[in-house]
Amino acid sequence: MYQTDQYEGMLAETVSMRGHNADVINAYVARPLGAGPFPGMVVIHHAPGWDEWYRECTRRFAHHGYVSISPNLYFRDGHGTPEDVGAKVRGAGGAPDARVLGDLEGAIAWLRSLPYVNGKVGIFGTCSGGRQAFLAGCRLKGLDAVIECWGGRVVQSKEELTPNQPVAPIDFTKDLSCPIIGIFGNEDKSPTPEQVNQHEAELKKHGKQYEFHRYDGAGHGFFYYDRPAYRQEQAVDGWKKVFAFCEKTLR
Amino acid sequence: MCTMIAHQVKLEGRGKSGPQWFEVREANVSYDHPYDLPLEHALNIDFVNEALGPGARVAVELSVDAARRLVKTIEAVLAQADERGVLEDIHVAAGPAAGSSPA
Repeated sequence: MYQTDQYEGMLAETVSMRGHNADVINAYVARPLGAGPFPGMVVIHHAPGWDEWYRECTRRFAHHGYVSISPNLYFRDGHGTPEDVGAKVRGAGGAPDARVLGDLEGAIAWLRSLPYVNGKVGIFGTCSGGRQAFLAGCRLKGLDAVIECWGGRVVQSKEELTPNQPVAPIDFTKDLSCPIIGIFGNEDKSPTPEQVNQHEAELKKHGKQYEFHRYDGAGHGFFYYDRPAYRQEQAVDGWKKVFAFCEKTLR
Repeated sequence: MCTMIAHQVKLEGRGKSGPQWFEVREANVSYDHPYDLPLEHALNIDFVNEALGPGARVAVELSVDAARRLVKTIEAVLAQADERGVLEDIHVAAGPAAGSSPA
């Protein structure tokens, strides 16, 4: 917790980084000022786009002492307002998993190259980003913590598989390489409480270190203060759980 | 959730975005998160022209009931025009819209 007589400073800006296929993409970075060392955090924007909520979220992690980078996963889909670009990707059935993983791998490498990062890197995502955070924890090296918020379609039926998302992330559970925290609303339609049970059972089966927190009175996306799904009490508690987990796993 | 339920249909038409008309070549129809309608999921239609970039977009977000009523209304209007013999089932060649395209 910050003290009122403590120095605090932050730098936040857009940068370039190498992503999938070594493509140059842009990313939003926020970091605390100072020599560190600070833990790193990859912040995966949600399906609706690389938007203001995610910039604020990136700065939020920086405020809590994390060097945070949010890669623009829609960089190759053109430029315009986050909403117009997000709508384009929505119409195309979402970003391909392989490309997203390549971009996230690039973001992890970018953080790990910094002299003021303590050698530990977490990954945070909500909605589709929650799914991608879990997927990254299973498929990529270099992660020390996964924060999955209501990752929809971690559990996917065969009918739900698409060319862009060809494998259900739950099938990779055995490869998860770091602790995970899951935040879920019990009124969510995806993931449903039953799907969260499946997800948890698979983690348990493979002996993974996890903690799941499920909230009554909350559905999908209950952290989003700009949407009707926002649930103040649950969101405040959820954030506390997230930061407690990060302190434990990344400091 | 992000349903990723989306279909694209090729179209010939015109759409208005702000003061400008532009040539519509595609419609992206999805049942997924809307941006403005206060629902978790909506029937979203984006009339776009991919060649002009993401900003060439006329968007509507509808509740399920509204979407169903819209479909029925379109069918009813086309049927009525057909019955009256005024239906012009003519292919519109692609070309620039009367207004300049949005940036």
